[in-house]
Amino acid sequence: MEQFLQQVINGISLGSIYALIALGYTMVYGIIKLINFAHGDVYMIGAYVGYFCMTSFKLGFFPSLLISMLVCAILGVTIEKIAYKPLRNATRIAVLITAIGVSLFIEYGTMFFVKPDPRSYPPLTGLMTRSFRIGNIVFSAQQILIISITVVLMVLLQFIVKKTRIGKAMRAVSLDRDAAQLMGISVDKTISFTFLIGSALAGAAGILVGIYYNSINPLMGMMPGLKAFVAAVFGGIGIIPGAMIGGYFIGLVEVMVAGYGNSMFRDAVVFAILIIILIVKPSGLLGKETREKV
Amino acid sequence: MDKLIKNTGINKLIALIVTFVIVQVLISTNIINDYIFSTLVTICINIILAASLNLITGFTGQFSLGHAGFMSIGAYTCAIITLRYSTVWGFVGGLVAGAVFAAMVGFLVGLPTLRLKGDYLAIATLGMAEIIKILFRNVLDDLTNGAAGLRGIPQFINWAWLFLFTAGSVLLISNFINSSHGRACISIREDEIASEAMGVNSTKYKVTAFVTGAFFAGIAGAIYASYFYYLKPDYFAFKKSIDILVIVVLGGMGSISGSVIAAILLALISTYLQAFPELNMVINGALFVIIMIFRPQGIMGSKELSLSLIKKWTGQFGRKNGGAA
Amino acid sequence: MPILTVNKLTKSFGGLMAVSNVSMELKKGELVGLIGPNGAGKTTVFNLLTGIYQPTSGTVTLHRDKKEEQLQGLKPYTICKKGIARTFQNIRLFKDLTVLDNVRIAMNKNVKYGLFSTFFHTRSYSDEEKEMLDKCMQLLKILKLDHKKDELAKNLPYGEQRHLEILRALATNPCILLLDEPAAGMNPAETAQLTEMIGWIRENFDLTILLIEHDMSLVMKICERIYVLDYGMVIAEGTPSEIKSNKRVIEAYLGEEMGNA
Repeated sequence: MEQFLQQVINGISLGSIYALIALGYTMVYGIIKLINFAHGDVYMIGAYVGYFCMTSFKLGFFPSLLISMLVCAILGVTIEKIAYKPLRNATRIAVLITAIGVSLFIEYGTMFFVKPDPRSYPPLTGLMTRSFRIGNIVFSAQQILIISITVVLMVLLQFIVKKTRIGKAMRAVSLDRDAAQLMGISVDKTISFTFLIGSALAGAAGILVGIYYNSINPLMGMMPGLKAFVAAVFGGIGIIPGAMIGGYFIGLVEVMVAGYGNSMFRDAVVFAILIIILIVKPSGLLGKETREKV
Repeated sequence: MDKLIKNTGINKLIALIVTFVIVQVLISTNIINDYIFSTLVTICINIILAASLNLITGFTGQFSLGHAGFMSIGAYTCAIITLRYSTVWGFVGGLVAGAVFAAMVGFLVGLPTLRLKGDYLAIATLGMAEIIKILFRNVLDDLTNGAAGLRGIPQFINWAWLFLFTAGSVLLISNFINSSHGRACISIREDEIASEAMGVNSTKYKVTAFVTGAFFAGIAGAIYASYFYYLKPDYFAFKKSIDILVIVVLGGMGSISGSVIAAILLALISTYLQAFPELNMVINGALFVIIMIFRPQGIMGSKELSLSLIKKWTGQFGRKNGGAA
Repeated sequence: MPILTVNKLTKSFGGLMAVSNVSMELKKGELVGLIGPNGAGKTTVFNLLTGIYQPTSGTVTLHRDKKEEQLQGLKPYTICKKGIARTFQNIRLFKDLTVLDNVRIAMNKNVKYGLFSTFFHTRSYSDEEKEMLDKCMQLLKILKLDHKKDELAKNLPYGEQRHLEILRALATNPCILLLDEPAAGMNPAETAQLTEMIGWIRENFDLTILLIEHDMSLVMKICERIYVLDYGMVIAEGTPSEIKSNKRVIEAYLGEEMGNA
């Protein structure tokens, strides 16, 4: 039982990171129906920005977190402006291929500059190194940090989407882009803003994963990116609470498979879940079926 | 009209024989050395892979991101069989078995997933390829030697086999496309609802295209295993599927000759950039974005090279290639 | 003698009844009109008859070759093979394919040669392909599209696209043809030509035709019987003159139009 609870804690920590990435996927999909393959790489950039802030500039964790969110937000908006905006009216496959292109570009471009070798994150100091015990269950300070930062960001996101003007615009554009435009909403601005928010969250996830796993490399965005996408599909792509649920679910599944089964199979299980969902209920846990108009 | 078709057939045959003989002579005189020949093998493998993926994605309009998965099945099957039976027959048997096995997996995977549309299918096939990779790495490791990979696979691929399988695959795939069944596949890409209403069983044709594509990807994998005599699961990762897709997109979705041209072009680019593999990938990535923004139809669009264009182009290519060698 | 019997056909989307309890009968060789105000459920009826939507309840029975076959629940391609072909309200041609290929694809269901012949282009391949090509050219000649066989469908003028779509439906060798607003977007001269053509193909292809149309002059002129749909229900049925004087119809549909005019 204690072991199980310990795994749940680990799963929620990992799930938090997936959830943060999945939110970006789901928001972008909701608004322009694009699987933004480059999203995992924005997360990788977030990890590297955090790394350089903490090592080269000797900044603390929180300033580094903010800087990496900011850099990722700018990167996300830039990607959208350069690569996706000219294709607003192209086929979905064309945009998807572009997204794959952007992803390759960022991955190998980064590799060119920082070299392919993994780097290890600087150790945290002070309070961050401690761990807490309740019975035999161990919480590390990092896990508490990850979980609480994720919760704060999610609450903030919910507030932005539900209460603010731009959040309403986001929801309007994702429901019906043309109608929103006719109502005087600037669709381009809204899409940019969606990329901004999604990428900032991915940046946060990047630095969090850096302090959690300690090792980063230019291709680190690939797998978690794909898994976060699975999480988004699981919850129902385009639906924000769905991405959160999906993120935690995938995190828990992965930790459980590694803990009680064979850690080699955790990727396979995640992809098997993906295929099963796609076949059984492609619209995901919280999604609604849609039908094509003839 | 009929006569014209026959003439084109004969012309094609002559062009093929001439190509074969010229390269054979260049190999015998060692103008094409081992290094150039290995590039040639890569080009041929990529041609088969791209033509087969083009059938699925370019012609039938079913976006697959898991083509490397089928390639790996062909590669491992052929490798395992030739390691046991190290004869030419073992190799041919392994190649056929690999292709058939890949096609069978294609059928099992395609049947449930091809109901999905567009990007959902892309993701499902991607997941499928990842699962296949993990199977080869962690589950079947008694057969595949896990992550360390299989070494010392007997090398049977020479120019004659290579040419036979490449030209054969391309020919069979274009024959399929130029048939009523091929047209039915294309109509699904154009408008699935209209094509069902016109009596086309879209599920059947999607699965047929998918299985056929998987079959030829299996052949490509078997050639890879037999020439490069070393296999490891990580070679067949997501990135490999993307590499194949780059060729299809650059050449033109719905153009077999486009795939052939793009396979050659990209092989030349990566040969020049061999010292900088990252740069090569960066260029591939940028190519994707640039093509989609400025020329989404790729080099050829959905057109095929006509006879006069082939003559013109082979002339130019011959000169270029001569210069490079 | 009935060729198609529709019995209490119903389709609901969520809670919305798009079509409710529609019963119709088509007699062999008839030309029947299906009219009604926008959103009355006419196209939904077509989608139900051709299997694009599955009915919530009700039956569709085809009487052909002295057999009765239930069509509800079948896939669109199966229904097409049984002999019901259609056109679409918003033209769904294979736009990037040639005129010839558009027609040839509709003949795919009759192709007998198998995968082996396909890959190796055997004798049976070339024989059947040639036969198919001849048939297509015959069809194309009827509507004078034969000289445009190599043009892409999307490059045809609008009127010819409508014609090609009808031709494509004919190529499936149907016994019942469903036309969804064939005269939409046409000028009076084109409509007159189309009217004549519909009559002509009915005679020469031995067809039963069901026609959705907003152009009342066309409907009144060529249809022998008319069904009027409103809010997903059949509110009237009869000959053109009966429909013209039917009070409910005038209220629901013609009245509205007259009021607007």
